[in-house]
Amino acid sequence: MYDFDYHRPTSIEQAAALISSADDVKLLAGGMSLLPSLKMRLARYTALVDLGALKELVGVRREGAEVVIGAMTPHAVVAASAEVHSAIPALAVLAGGIADPLVRNRGTIGGSLAHADPAADYPAGVLGCGATICTNKRRIASDDYFLGMFETALQPGEIITSVRFPVPQKAGYAKLHQQASRFAVVGVFVARTAAGVRVAVTGAAPSVFRLKEAEAALAKKFDASALAGIAVSPDGLNSDIHASAEYRAHCVVVMAKRAVAAAA
Amino acid sequence: MPVVTMTVNGQRVSAEVEGRTLLVQFLREHLRLTGTHVGCDTSQCGCCTVHVNGQGMKSCTLLALACEGATITTIEGLAVDGKLHPMQEAFHEHHGLQCGYCTPGMIMSALDMVRRKGNDLDESTVREQLSGNLCRCTGYHNIVKAIQAGAAAMKRS
Ligand SMILES: Cc1cc2nc3c(=O)[nH]c(=O)nc-3n(C[C@H](O)[C@H](O)[C@H](O)COP(=O)(O)OP(=O)(O)OC[C@H]3O[C@@H](n4cnc5c(N)ncnc54)[C@H](O)[C@@H]3O)c2cc1C
Ligand code: FES
Ligand code: FES
Repeated sequence: MYDFDYHRPTSIEQAAALISSADDVKLLAGGMSLLPSLKMRLARYTALVDLGALKELVGVRREGAEVVIGAMTPHAVVAASAEVHSAIPALAVLAGGIADPLVRNRGTIGGSLAHADPAADYPAGVLGCGATICTNKRRIASDDYFLGMFETALQPGEIITSVRFPVPQKAGYAKLHQQASRFAVVGVFVARTAAGVRVAVTGAAPSVFRLKEAEAALAKKFDASALAGIAVSPDGLNSDIHASAEYRAHCVVVMAKRAVAAAA
Repeated sequence: MPVVTMTVNGQRVSAEVEGRTLLVQFLREHLRLTGTHVGCDTSQCGCCTVHVNGQGMKSCTLLALACEGATITTIEGLAVDGKLHPMQEAFHEHHGLQCGYCTPGMIMSALDMVRRKGNDLDESTVREQLSGNLCRCTGYHNIVKAIQAGAAAMKRS
């Protein structure tokens, strides 16, 4: 790892000033994605701005019809949160299935969403619930947030502060995990909301995406049997040592059915 | 160089470190606490597991400076007055190791498991919750038995 300066701001304003002070400065949250990439020298920064002292970015709370999760909230806290369990149990399942317990003690929802790994779990939950990503500058709807592989609508210097999840009537998450890392080979989050059904797929393509055919079928009947006729094309899906595009296409439907069956 | 201060195994320590110094390097190279091992250096194997403010974390993927003011416990901090911790005792009793390289991380991770899941652990819970720790030798069988026994013994002690 190349050396860098380390900053530990005590307010979001300070963090924002530091991150905007130069081009090659980077935010640090749990470090579970950033530090491995620095160790491999895939990236180099002159300074890291650690959000670790900003306790106001940690925590889960219920605000009316929404669950609000602070950007620095570790996966383990979301997985164990009584608020999340009662409002969106599928999100607790999702957070509790990320990586391993030690990574979950450290990695954060904000870091996961900023990183936007194509095989990450949170993007499916966020897009599936139709959540809103709040930054120090604005609010971004999940439908406008994920732009591509490791690519989001965040602008340089923008800091995620929290994520607002509208509480769905019912939701479920199912993933086929890669045996070693637990990243999603295919993960599907299904939510029935007042505004309709949303189905979000992660792991299968360069970026999380909505499966509109499945949404339409489930809107008619919210039951796994409604997905019987759905076929997903392997065109444009990921193909790697873990799974071929054809296998992923097949698994999208299987995971969608399991997510509906598990929905609560 | 910046200075970091933390409490390690009950002792307050301060040292100059680089921005990039990892917690595991700080523990092993600055403090000579070499019980914490580096197996993979890529956040996979859990050999480097220590407790940061009571929670199990992979010290190969943590900056020393990010632990400013934190309370750290390593494997060296478990025994009291030369008497092994019940979890260490259980690994000994149930032969939960062969080469021993993964053992410090296994034990620190096992204690984090007890913190989260309690003292009454069934086999499948232990196996599932051990997914962040790899062992190249044992096949895990005795590690699982040791953790179940150690967790139960902690309740009694
Ligand atoms: C062994 C292992 C297995 C894993 N398995 C899984 C898995 O199964 N599923 C899964 O989803 N993930 C998995 N991960 C990734 C893990 O969930 C990470 O915690 C997460 O992707 C990044 O979160 P972090 O807090 O560690 O962020 P960091 O690594 O600190 O940061 C990641 C990126 O986000 C930026 N960033 C961080 N916080 C903010 C913010 N508030 N605002 C703007 N930008 C920010 C950083 O600048 C950086 O570019 C795994 C990681 C490891 C090491
Ligand atoms: S050395 Fe830290 S996880 Fe392997
Ligand atoms: S005992 Fe040798 S690696 Fe576990």
